[in-house]
Amino acid sequence: MISRRDFLQVSMAATAMLGGSAYGSWGRLAAQQKLTQDQLLEFDTFGNVSLIHITDIHAQLKPIYFREPSINLGVGPALGQVPHVTGADFRKMYGIEDGSASAYALTYDDFTSLARGYGKVGGMDRVATVINAIRAERPDALLLDGGDTWHGSYTCHHTQGQDVVNVMNALKPDAMTFHWEFTLGSDRVQEVVDGLPFAALGANIFDAEWDEPSENFEAYKMFERGGAKIAVVGQAFPYMPIANPRWMFPEYSFGIRDERMQEVVDEARAEGAELVVLLSHNGFDVDKKMASRVKGIDVILSGHTHDAVPEPVLVGETIIVASGSNGKFVSRVDLDVRDGRMMGFRHKLIPILSDVIEPDKEVAAVIDAQRAPYKDQLEEVIGRTDDDSLLYRRGNFNGTWDDLICDALLSEREADIAMSPGVRWGPSILPDQDITREDIWNVTSMSYGEAYRTEMTGEFIHVVLEDVADNLFNVDPYYQQGGDMVRVGGLGYKIDITKPQGSRISDMTLLKTGEAIDPAKNYVVAGWASVNEGTEGPQIMDVVEDHIKKLGTVTVTPRDNVKVVGA
Amino acid sequence: MEFSRRDTLAMGLGAAALTVLPFQVNAAAADDFIAEFTGGADLGEGGLTLTAPEIAENGNTVPVSVEAEGAEAIMLLAMGNPTPGVATFTFGELAGSQSASTRIRLAGTQDVVAIAKMADGSFVKAGQTVKVTIGGCGG
Repeated sequence: MISRRDFLQVSMAATAMLGGSAYGSWGRLAAQQKLTQDQLLEFDTFGNVSLIHITDIHAQLKPIYFREPSINLGVGPALGQVPHVTGADFRKMYGIEDGSASAYALTYDDFTSLARGYGKVGGMDRVATVINAIRAERPDALLLDGGDTWHGSYTCHHTQGQDVVNVMNALKPDAMTFHWEFTLGSDRVQEVVDGLPFAALGANIFDAEWDEPSENFEAYKMFERGGAKIAVVGQAFPYMPIANPRWMFPEYSFGIRDERMQEVVDEARAEGAELVVLLSHNGFDVDKKMASRVKGIDVILSGHTHDAVPEPVLVGETIIVASGSNGKFVSRVDLDVRDGRMMGFRHKLIPILSDVIEPDKEVAAVIDAQRAPYKDQLEEVIGRTDDDSLLYRRGNFNGTWDDLICDALLSEREADIAMSPGVRWGPSILPDQDITREDIWNVTSMSYGEAYRTEMTGEFIHVVLEDVADNLFNVDPYYQQGGDMVRVGGLGYKIDITKPQGSRISDMTLLKTGEAIDPAKNYVVAGWASVNEGTEGPQIMDVVEDHIKKLGTVTVTPRDNVKVVGA
Repeated sequence: MEFSRRDTLAMGLGAAALTVLPFQVNAAAADDFIAEFTGGADLGEGGLTLTAPEIAENGNTVPVSVEAEGAEAIMLLAMGNPTPGVATFTFGELAGSQSASTRIRLAGTQDVVAIAKMADGSFVKAGQTVKVTIGGCGG
């Protein structure tokens, strides 16, 4: 007898073949000339149910450039496994031709020249076109938003997320879950959620006082689509009160809570769900582990870690789909649900190449209306990159955007050492491109952006780096807190990612003198995004803007102050 | 908004009130507690569920639950605290269930351990590492 896992593996093989043809054959040709919208959207409708997944938009309503990471290391069982594969290894794994549209969308090499050829990515008006095309083929497709939606831009900050809410409502999602949304403060989250015309889900959103599921968010919602009963379960980012300021949403507790997830899945099954979809903001490695521990989940739509994965990953009988970030990708997952279970799937990760995909006029008008009151502020040019300087962030360690932000902190706050949070959001700026105020906000916008200035001993700086490193390189993903490594300026160090906490970081050096960091000595440290209440300082966007204004022309080259071993 | 350099420098004090520092684990004290409870009996596994977060949201108040059907008593230990003993829950014959929930303070990343004394006089153990972290940098 053929097991269900066999069926799923047949689907996997089909995906690989489709992936090969769909991705590999988009040749090395200028996007707008050779690649068509029809090619990007080409899909042989399958089964009876369609899911559309978009996640981690970070308020990017307009097309942007977004460079994928050059370094994304996995430890323990994740070593060398998707999504911890980058660059040439990634292209080889998925049969992607160098210089192709897929190489541009999914890997980092030759980013500048490919970006000039293929153009910007994303834009929610283009995303709308893709969603409408899928709905034309499958009118009752479910549109699911994985969260990190109402955060990350100038207009989002100044409207308390309302601009993105208005645009998303125009796309008509069926459900969403949460992370950065809560940094708007729990009152504002509640206000928006109360008015949402779709489900706000989070099985792991608990009342902090009673440690019981919150009554303000549903754990799951049942849908009937294609003749099948489908439960969509939400899982908010588990470590919000640790990674972000707990005092902004003190009523809530989160956590991974496997046992709770199992209860919810069992409850949904008992209620007749033939398909259980987990709309997750766990991050990819946590989702892999959860799929191995919680039984009965058919599909995990994975968010948080911003991974763009061209094929689902199969764990047991669960497929995991990850759909990138910043509006750069939409995943379409068609499913064959019959006899009370999922018997096969077909999947495509659709890159939103904004020169190829026609903007949807209606949604474009909604976006423009949100931006209109802020147009002059957004478009003011603050500086410019020089001919060789590409600004990017995504990766385990400092990107050039982070270096520039750290330089701003060192210079504007007169510090020895700068620290900048290891977040994954923030679009890229090409060489010889204007840097506008909007661009600065895109990589710094947050509700706790105060740039502090304090003194720390050398020993304490070591403790901080060790602590953050363990939150990234602990071999058990459930003990990874969810961010990338804290970015540093003015400081060099060596990290052995294979070591346990306390012994990963060595050779700490104060770059301005070349001297070893003295554990007993005090150093002036400037940083931002402290999770502590009452942090004081100017807003980071202003600090960076002042710095770039003074520079006029920005020159950055990738630095080698962090030496990584054990990778 | 415009900040002068002087304003900027004056504003930034008191930002990083971080208190997590490495600490020494008092293993011997924890072993003494266990020996006192079990009388030195062997510790088995199974039948005892310990529920605790992998990473504490607030190390000062970490929710922990224990459950062992048919247990006479369950001892809860924070192995890394200066005083490892947290509580011993004793269940009488009329107890509706053998479970308990509480909140504990953890001095730092450490193992939380529960040991249940079963009705037949045997002992079982369950444990989990709970990480206490500075936080920040969240994706």
